[in-house]
Amino acid sequence: MAEARVWGLVAQFDDPAKLLHAAEGLRDAGYQRYEVWSPFPVHGMDNAMGLSRSKVPWFVLAGGLTGMTSALLLQWWSGAVEYPVMIGGKPLFAFEFATPVTFELSVLLSAFGAVFGMIGLNKLPTPYHPLDKIAMFRRVTDDGFFISIETRDAKFDLHRSRELLESLGGRHVAVVEE
Amino acid sequence: MSTANYQQETVFPPPLIEGNQTFHSVTEAVCRVVEAPPSKGWLASFAMALLGLAVLGVSVGWLIWEGTGVWGLNQPVSWGFAIVNFVFWVGIGHAGTLISAILFLFRQKWRTSINRFAEAMTIFAVICALLFPTIHVGRVWLLYWAIPIPNQMGMWPNFRSPLLWDVFAVSTYFTVSLLFWYTGLIPDLATLRDRAKSKIAYYAYGMFALGWRGANRHWQNYEKAYLILAGLSAPLVLSVHTIVSFDFAVSVVPGWHTTIFPPYFVAGAIFSGFAMVLTLAIPARKIFKLEEFITVRHVENMNKIILVTGMMVGYAYAMEFFIAWYSGSAYESWAFINRAFGPYWWAYWIMWSCNVITPQLFWSQKIRQNMTASFILSIFVNIGMWFERFVITMSLHRDFVPSSWDYYRPTIWDFGCLIGSFGLFFTLFLLFLKFLPAIAIAEVKGVMPQADPHWEGYHDGHHSADHAHAAGEKHHG
Repeated sequence: MAEARVWGLVAQFDDPAKLLHAAEGLRDAGYQRYEVWSPFPVHGMDNAMGLSRSKVPWFVLAGGLTGMTSALLLQWWSGAVEYPVMIGGKPLFAFEFATPVTFELSVLLSAFGAVFGMIGLNKLPTPYHPLDKIAMFRRVTDDGFFISIETRDAKFDLHRSRELLESLGGRHVAVVEE
Repeated sequence: MSTANYQQETVFPPPLIEGNQTFHSVTEAVCRVVEAPPSKGWLASFAMALLGLAVLGVSVGWLIWEGTGVWGLNQPVSWGFAIVNFVFWVGIGHAGTLISAILFLFRQKWRTSINRFAEAMTIFAVICALLFPTIHVGRVWLLYWAIPIPNQMGMWPNFRSPLLWDVFAVSTYFTVSLLFWYTGLIPDLATLRDRAKSKIAYYAYGMFALGWRGANRHWQNYEKAYLILAGLSAPLVLSVHTIVSFDFAVSVVPGWHTTIFPPYFVAGAIFSGFAMVLTLAIPARKIFKLEEFITVRHVENMNKIILVTGMMVGYAYAMEFFIAWYSGSAYESWAFINRAFGPYWWAYWIMWSCNVITPQLFWSQKIRQNMTASFILSIFVNIGMWFERFVITMSLHRDFVPSSWDYYRPTIWDFGCLIGSFGLFFTLFLLFLKFLPAIAIAEVKGVMPQADPHWEGYHDGHHSADHAHAAGEKHHG
């Protein structure tokens, strides 16, 4: 085994329309471990790939509830339990005056949930990827549209997968090493 | 605009960016600004900004060394330029969030070429804003008293005080704006990484791009996170200036204790923020040759928002005057008469002229589409809105007891901090223009006609559309 192991195949597509069409083709052929790469999100691609909904909102919900609970507990405990000081005859704790800080902390932790949830679900940061070795792939952040299929996919077959990519309009099909 | 022309525009909306752009030409046009060596104009502006920053350093250094007595503060005017500048800069920030979040939620796609720019403005403006309460406390090393952390004194902050709400509101606003801005930047940083010629640029952009490669599974989570951030930022931005206005409105000072303050402050913030976007964007589009992205249509739309919010602010000025009289409270009525005709009458009428009268020129389409006129009028609004905060803060100089009345005269150190904050702002802004893409590359590509897989330019458009629709049905069911 002197040669490096094969990670998968990659093909370039001309435009978002061909990309969408090819993603549908791979989905219909039963592929699971393939990925579509584009410089901007292509409308309708999630359905074309048959992806389920993003899980980011759950992280936001968890963040928001944590923020709300901790803000209320903090204000009640610090003001009414730990350090009760009578100021201007105001109650030591009331939901009315606790609202602004509760709102702000809920928003803050929800935003953390959204950003860090997204980063975590996407397994970022990812400093290395096998596709980095393919010269044409650099165009993915400019004007290049690509589809890759991993060898781990049950349907993967070096020849048949290559033919399928070519029949769906893929050009410059290349073997990607790990 | 003639009727025929109008109808044509309604049926076939004009393109959001001009010129015959391809995806690659968009990348080139935006990255060129970052990759080219700094121009003479940029270097000259940067030198000026650094000079301003030095003024800030000296003014703040002297203030911390000597104490807040170096400012023109007195009793009863214990809030001077510091609070005026704070509210001014926070307000500037609001247009950035409005453009990035609220216009995004309303699917106003024209916002895509100005949102990056406006968000950067938000962040730098909020940095300037945060500076002022920080130095106004005098003993800056005790600032941690405002943060609820366990300490050796066994004390906790007073959550019943609007000033503490403000600490939470502005710091949350800063953090969320920064996250929103950074999230938007990730794909564009990846673009700069993949184009980098030097090792330093490759690693610097690469580190912040987090290894983004545009996988669709990533875009899916990314778009969801971005949408949620926009949804969170929209109420957040309204809450921030509302809470800033509570600093005044929750007190019992005549001229401050009014329920109109929250909406009036929010309208004023949007008004001043859009003016600042124009002040920055009109020269920048010229210098960096981005006229095809920040088009006349963008400027005109922003001018319309300035016209609307300017009239809201004018309504608030008139209404607070009316309510002061209608309240029957002698202190309240007199406070407003004193604003208009007392020792600070000049500030009051500068406010009216710059915020309510001159923006009326934007009723004319010729003026809305004229870059020089728009730029000059935006400067007027910036001045007017600074004076609005000055007028409000100066309600303090005539309090309930005439024996304590005084006149606030800013010292050279007050002006040093004000001018210096502009130095800080422009230093950060110029660095942003030089090192980061000023236009959201991936987002602009996403709103181009050829980004739509069902664009008529693609031959199999119809076939693909049916196919996608059927697939969508299948997978939703």
